Amino acid sequence: MRRIEKTKALELYNSANLLDLGEDADDMRKELHPKGVVTFIVDRNINYTNVCVNRCTFCAFYRDEDSADAYLLGNDEIFKKIDETLDLGGTQILMQGGIHPKLDIVYYTNLLREIKKRYDINVHGFSPPEITYLSEKHHLTVRETLMVLKKAGLDSIPGGGAEILSDRVREILSPKKIKSSQWLRVMEEAHNIGMRTTATMMFGSVETPEDIIEHLDAIRSLQDRTGGFTAFIPWSFQPGNTEISEKWEVRSGKLKGNSKLKTATAADYLRVLALSRLYLDNIENIQASWVTQGLKMAQVALRFGANDFGSTMIEENVVKAAGISYCVTKDDIIDAVKSAGFKAAQRDTYYKIIKKF
Amino acid sequence: MAPDHIFEKIKSGGRLSKDEALKLFNDDDLFGLGRLAASVCDKKNGGNAYFIVNRHINPTNICVNRCKFCAFSRSKGEAGAYELTIKEIIKKLKDCQSAVGSRQPAVKISEVHIVGGLHPDWPFSHYLDMLAAIKEKFPAISIKAFTAVEIDYMSKIGGMSVEETLKALKASGLDLMPGGGAEIFVEGVRNKLCPEKISGKRWLEIMETAHSVGIKTNATMLYGHIETFEDRVDHLMRLRALQDRTGGFQAFIPLAYHPKNTEIGGFYSSGIDDLKTIAISRLVLDNFDHIKAYWIMLGEKVSQIALLFGADDLDGTIIEEKITHSAGAMSGEAMTRDDMAHLIRRAGKTPIERDAFYNPVN
Repeated sequence: MRRIEKTKALELYNSANLLDLGEDADDMRKELHPKGVVTFIVDRNINYTNVCVNRCTFCAFYRDEDSADAYLLGNDEIFKKIDETLDLGGTQILMQGGIHPKLDIVYYTNLLREIKKRYDINVHGFSPPEITYLSEKHHLTVRETLMVLKKAGLDSIPGGGAEILSDRVREILSPKKIKSSQWLRVMEEAHNIGMRTTATMMFGSVETPEDIIEHLDAIRSLQDRTGGFTAFIPWSFQPGNTEISEKWEVRSGKLKGNSKLKTATAADYLRVLALSRLYLDNIENIQASWVTQGLKMAQVALRFGANDFGSTMIEENVVKAAGISYCVTKDDIIDAVKSAGFKAAQRDTYYKIIKKF
Repeated sequence: MAPDHIFEKIKSGGRLSKDEALKLFNDDDLFGLGRLAASVCDKKNGGNAYFIVNRHINPTNICVNRCKFCAFSRSKGEAGAYELTIKEIIKKLKDCQSAVGSRQPAVKISEVHIVGGLHPDWPFSHYLDMLAAIKEKFPAISIKAFTAVEIDYMSKIGGMSVEETLKALKASGLDLMPGGGAEIFVEGVRNKLCPEKISGKRWLEIMETAHSVGIKTNATMLYGHIETFEDRVDHLMRLRALQDRTGGFQAFIPLAYHPKNTEIGGFYSSGIDDLKTIAISRLVLDNFDHIKAYWIMLGEKVSQIALLFGADDLDGTIIEEKITHSAGAMSGEAMTRDDMAHLIRRAGKTPIERDAFYNPVN
């Protein structure tokens, strides 16, 4: 298949018939995954703290350190969550938190060692903002920071914090969060020391179509160099309880012409998903986001380029804080995959199939 | 493989046979099917998609029928059973149109949708009084009320023929009828789902009578439970045949089954099945003007995508929904006019706010 260039991608985004675009993405998914298997992972999000100095305007989860409902989980609470995860057949924990000003690398390495001492479980953790924070705090290079964490037990890195890799958009959404180049840098260094990572994109806030294409292109270029991304996960911004939607009218002073911020619709989601499948020709897996789209639309997504159902999410806190919550079990996911016309299989972090259903 | 001859037939204006419709259900060409249904829809509606500012009212959940797919109904005296007085109904209609005490902004609704249980004690005159009271207070609101199941019940408790019953209701203010209670016509499945409910044949007779006295109606099909694709096709064919005779159906509304809290349980239909069912309905029902993607049952997201698979109507703002939400609906209960217009626009269609008869409002 011929590689899609940026101008072509923009044209597709702006004017392709959604069904035509979907069909192309569906054909490409079939080529890459000809057996009709849709995978999922049994894992749990452990958000070890909601204290965060970044205070991103699109986030409903963070709290200031002195806030009444600020929390930091103790190790015993974390272990209990891991026990429950293993009981449910889980193979991975996704550790992600806020940027807590009191936590240093000793906290992280101790926690990782304690987990690895007790459990045989993949630790998928600490997105680039957390890694960058630690490297700056301790005057280590990103590579050194990653080496230290890897040695303590970190297995792989989630693709969170990418949001949109456009510094213009980041200036509005997350002015204190790391810049695009820093996000990419962490991922490249991680790949270089043999860690696999995912990549995400949060769209549907204040970005332009050009920003979306730039994001996809940055991911594709990096993947050309390293091959370290296992999957790409586009998901849509959820405006509930966030500063960016509440203060939109005020903030729109510098972004005139925009009306009240609305959630990306299903049509927007499928368009971005299909385009992602087509553009990211060097990334094997594209995840459907049932957490933001619901099961029915996630099923439809399996025909618009996605081949993976993500995680069973024994626990999810961040999207829930923005007012979206779907109650879904592992059986629901298996049923949903099958009734969409696919075979369902549980996978590990590296997309190796563990169990077929 | 796409059944090419079927596609050619549709494009040249031909009618689908039972077998051809069944082939489409069993075929995997989701995109070809969608494009074809969308092109038929475009010919009928020219890129417009409709919505209405309306309100639902369910006067009671007490019902002498206890259908196995229903999580809404209660027996008299059972916990959770309720009945609204006419005064309370009037108040609901008044409240939703004033901003006071409401989370929603004030809206002018153009239709009220009234369906409820078969109450064991209410006399027929109660329904006439209900209609007359609403018409008197709100002459500009169209009243879309009572499924064929309720009409059959009223004709029994009132001791009148279906025709007389419908004429009496019309004289008191009934403007049109919803399409509920159709479920699945085929007898075997229907007996398992809702043994106490009127037969499919009776449902169709009542609709035919309604059309003959000048009452427009909708038609529905509840799918995704225990029926087969053959049963769905049979259902669509029977509707098409009646529409050929009367022309009295405005819209067809496929209803996705919801399994929570029901006696038969089971699963939600898949989003892909939902889209295919919309598309095949559009293709089979060539004599229906409108295919509705009812967002309460499909969810806001699938409904929006259904607009690209042959649907041209999202229904309305609803404001309060009890029946589907009793069975685990994952949609909200209300949408604003802006929400609906936004969904339609982002699907690449032109939003048209309509009245109960599909005339543009404003």
